[in-house]
Parts: sequence; C-alpha cells; structure tokens
Amino acid sequence: MTQTDFTKLVLPFKDKVFRLAKRLLVSREEAEDATQEILIKLWKNNEKIKEYRNVEAFSMTMTKNFCLDRLKSKQAQNLKIVHSNYQDHNVSLQKDLENRDSVDWVSKIIEELPEQQKIILQLRDIEEYDYDEIAKVVDMNPTAIRVALSRARKTIREKLINTHQYGIK
Amino acid sequence: MALNNIEYLLEKYDNGETSIAEEQQLKAYFAQDEVAPQLESYRIMFQYFDQTKKEQFTKDVPLETKKSHIYKWISVAAVAVLMIGILIPNVFGGKTYTSIAELPAEEQEVYHQTKKALSLLSSNFNDGASSMNALGFMSAKLNKGAEQVIQVKEFSKATNKLLKKKQTPKH
Repeated sequence: MTQTDFTKLVLPFKDKVFRLAKRLLVSREEAEDATQEILIKLWKNNEKIKEYRNVEAFSMTMTKNFCLDRLKSKQAQNLKIVHSNYQDHNVSLQKDLENRDSVDWVSKIIEELPEQQKIILQLRDIEEYDYDEIAKVVDMNPTAIRVALSRARKTIREKLINTHQYGIK
Repeated sequence: MALNNIEYLLEKYDNGETSIAEEQQLKAYFAQDEVAPQLESYRIMFQYFDQTKKEQFTKDVPLETKKSHIYKWISVAAVAVLMIGILIPNVFGGKTYTSIAELPAEEQEVYHQTKKALSLLSSNFNDGASSMNALGFMSAKLNKGAEQVIQVKEFSKATNKLLKKKQTPKH
C-alpha cells in the first residue's frame, strides 16, 4: 500500500478519530497527538489493514482503547488534563453569539458523563453511526447502547435546563 | 414540520429509540433560527452536535516509508562510478611511449642521468670483479701446488716401500 492509498483510506474517518479522541481527552493537543499515533499505528500495519472488513470501526475501537489507556495512565500519574482551547466555532449570527455560552455548556456537561456514555453519544449524535457500528466499537449489545445513550441525552438536557433556570454553573 | 411530530420524535430521541433518519429530521428542524421556546434546550444540544461535527484534524502525520534497499545500492553504484572515473583516464587516456625519443625533454634528461649513474655503478662493479679474478688465479695455483704435494707424497711412499724391502732380507 502506498502513502497515497493510505491517505485515501483514512481520509473519510481521520476527523472522526480526532473528534472521538478529543471527546475523551478533551485537550486539542492531546487529541491531535493521539490521532497522529493512531494513524501511524495503522500505517505500520498497512499490510494487515486489507484484511479488516471495516477499517473505520477498527480504527475507532483503537482510538477508544488508546484514549482510555491514556486517561488511566494520566490518573495514575495524578495529572489533570488542562483544556482551555475550544476551537472557534465560526458562528457569525448575533443570536448564535448569545448562545455561544450555552453551546459550550454542552461540551462541559458531556465531559462529566461516564466514559462509556461519552463514546456512545459521540458516535451516535455527532458521527451518526448506527447501533451495529457502535456495538463493534464499544463491544456492547444494541439495547445496552440505547439505554446508555438515553441516559446521556437526558442528563445533558436536565443539566442544560438547570443552568438556564438557575444560572448556576 | 409539525411541532407535534417534533415533540413525538424528541420523546423517542430521549429514550434512544430514534433512527438515524429521524435524528436527521430533528437536526434539520433545530438548525433553523426559530424554534418553539420550550424546545430551547434541545436546540442548544443539536447545535452543539452540528458544530462539533465540523471539527477537523489538521495536523500532518509523518508517515515513514519502509526503508528500501535502494539506498544501499545507490552507495555501491556511487563507489563504482568513482572508481571508473579514476581508472578510465589512467588506462585509456594516458599516452604510451614506445621509444625514448618520444619522451618529453625533461624526462629524457632524467633518463640519461639515471643511465649515467647506473653505468658508473656498473663500471665500479667490473673493477671489483677483475680484482676478484686475481684471487681466482691464485686459488688455481694453490690447487696445482697441492697436486704436486700429492705427487711428492706418493714418491715418498714408494721410497719407503723400497727401503722396507731392502731391510727385510737382513732378518
């Protein structure tokens, strides 16, 4: 497999890998490093890649495991990931500017969710994976995934409503 | 889209029962500016999802190509080219002379000087060799002398025999 072939192969999902990594690791730099490492790992195994039926699902599973490992080692080292760099979302409308805060709240609320729910929510609501695809990545049955997803969605909305009503947090 | 329908879909959504297509309907609905006020919290969520989806990985990934053996062969080729470069002018380019007359004047001079020096050396050797001849001559004389001595010995043996014969009859 040549470099060009490889680039073509990973192009459709490298952003998804990055977004999942960012969802879990929060910091942009960390997520970039993780994505880089995952792509390099894939490249090193590029002979075997052809054997995988679903390279994207495989890569997402790799990303999930990689990031969870990293989080574990961070916790073990007692280091906290600093995250201050949310990308500028180019929302130009006045109304969107007003909402900017509340939109950012969503990401903060998601941060507080359990890892499993974060991953499922990310894959479903942002990447729009179907349940079978999610099942491959998180290794859960579709019913359990639906339950986790429902919990995550409800939690986010509850917290959003609380924030809006009481202005706390 | 009717608000009723949206609310129905949202309920399904909360329970994790919507299909991808239904979720896309919801996303399309919440992408508008005007949304029923009671659904504001959903709008924030869906807007967030929509924005997040646009984030891209922009960093370059350094992909190392597998180390090929081409580099080794390139160095071999370089050495070969170098050697050929050195050899060709020496073997094929240099003039070859067949007689001393063809040599340039300087080299001829050097040749003659060397020749002179060598002939001087050889004449000295010849001197030495002629004095060695005298030695050889002397040794020949010595050999002759030695032969004559042997003859004298034999003569004396013969005389001794004769003397013995003369003495024996007396006994």
